[in-house]
Amino acid sequence: MTGLSLYALTGAGLTGLGLYGLIATRHLLRRVVAFNLLGSGVFLFLGAAAARGEGADPVPHALIITGIVVALSASALAVGLVVAQARLTGRATLPEEDTHGDDV
Amino acid sequence: MMPVFDATLCGLILAVALAAVAGRDVFRAIVFFIVYGLMLAVAWVRLGALDVALAEAAISGGLTAGLFLVAYGRLAAVGAADEPAGLLNPPAALAGCGLSAALGWAWFALPQPDRPAPQLAEALPRSGVENPVTAVLLNFRAWDTLLESVVLLTALIGVLMLARVGAWPGRPGLAQHVRPGGVMAGFGRVLPPVGLLVGVYLVYVGAERPGGAFQGGTVIAAVGLVATLTGAFRPPAVDAPGWRAALVAGPLLFLLWGLAGAVIGNGFLTFPPTLAGAAILAIEAALAVSIAVTLAVLVLGAPEQAARE
Repeated sequence: MTGLSLYALTGAGLTGLGLYGLIATRHLLRRVVAFNLLGSGVFLFLGAAAARGEGADPVPHALIITGIVVALSASALAVGLVVAQARLTGRATLPEEDTHGDDV
Repeated sequence: MMPVFDATLCGLILAVALAAVAGRDVFRAIVFFIVYGLMLAVAWVRLGALDVALAEAAISGGLTAGLFLVAYGRLAAVGAADEPAGLLNPPAALAGCGLSAALGWAWFALPQPDRPAPQLAEALPRSGVENPVTAVLLNFRAWDTLLESVVLLTALIGVLMLARVGAWPGRPGLAQHVRPGGVMAGFGRVLPPVGLLVGVYLVYVGAERPGGAFQGGTVIAAVGLVATLTGAFRPPAVDAPGWRAALVAGPLLFLLWGLAGAVIGNGFLTFPPTLAGAAILAIEAALAVSIAVTLAVLVLGAPEQAARE
């Protein structure tokens, strides 16, 4: 039980780190990385919950696999938008958070 | 011994994640994220989730990593890869700690699970496969998987829509230039055949053991990426008819079988037990092709220049 709690708490920690990164970092590619950390923290928490009792429960495992694939496709779209934004403005940050402050 | 291993692994995962969030520059964040994905795959093995470990290693450690590195290269090309100075953001830190604390509390407040194992073990012989994760993905919760394959396709349409004017119809991604006879070119010839064998095996074995269309398809996508990035393979232009056939083969076959279930079985997406094994193998094979092509093009990105005929 203690081993599983360790993984669940790691998942909880990753979720918090991901949320922090999503809010605090300004570079949009780092935000996508943080979004992935947030998601995988949730998966790890769910996976630890699935491993309780005798034998792992395959239903959450299937949900997690679905989640990993959907997270990848969302990341690909997000990264595509980040690159498009950077090509239009020369920066990979949101305009309202721009700290350069010269011409925007 | 094992508790020490678990504690070390969890500590490393958190440290690498911290480095990916708070480390100094964008490139390092990406590199730490790649390491993070591989360590997480080890954690999945420890949790007894081998199917998830395969998916995590192939997707987080492989394709997501490739996606971020390709994007980093494109951002660097327009001078947008450097980062504005980041300061510690106390409200965000408070939100992050609060979320972690709430989840930690929730873990200890969770009731002991009502084991679904008896129902699942009872239904498994009727699913047509022996691997319970594959049974859940392609039979018991086939709706989720069908819609997931459509989500992949939708994301791909979104990415292709970001192609610039004049770049359509080109080959997906940037044209790759590799020194002939160099390490990359050799790598691109040696790795793909082995990877392809592993990917096809994973798809085939998914009915009985850990593996399946998603894990195998991801490995095949990675093979395609390696071959493309090392210049061993040039993907055809996006308007070539083969693309569309490969992209829709999996979801389409899945949907047709679902409709067939409505006619000969007990309803949409229900497989009669006698045909379920063959149906799942056929759907998995078609899905693996679609997933491989979709994921590879997702990572390569929209065309960058029009194909010259």
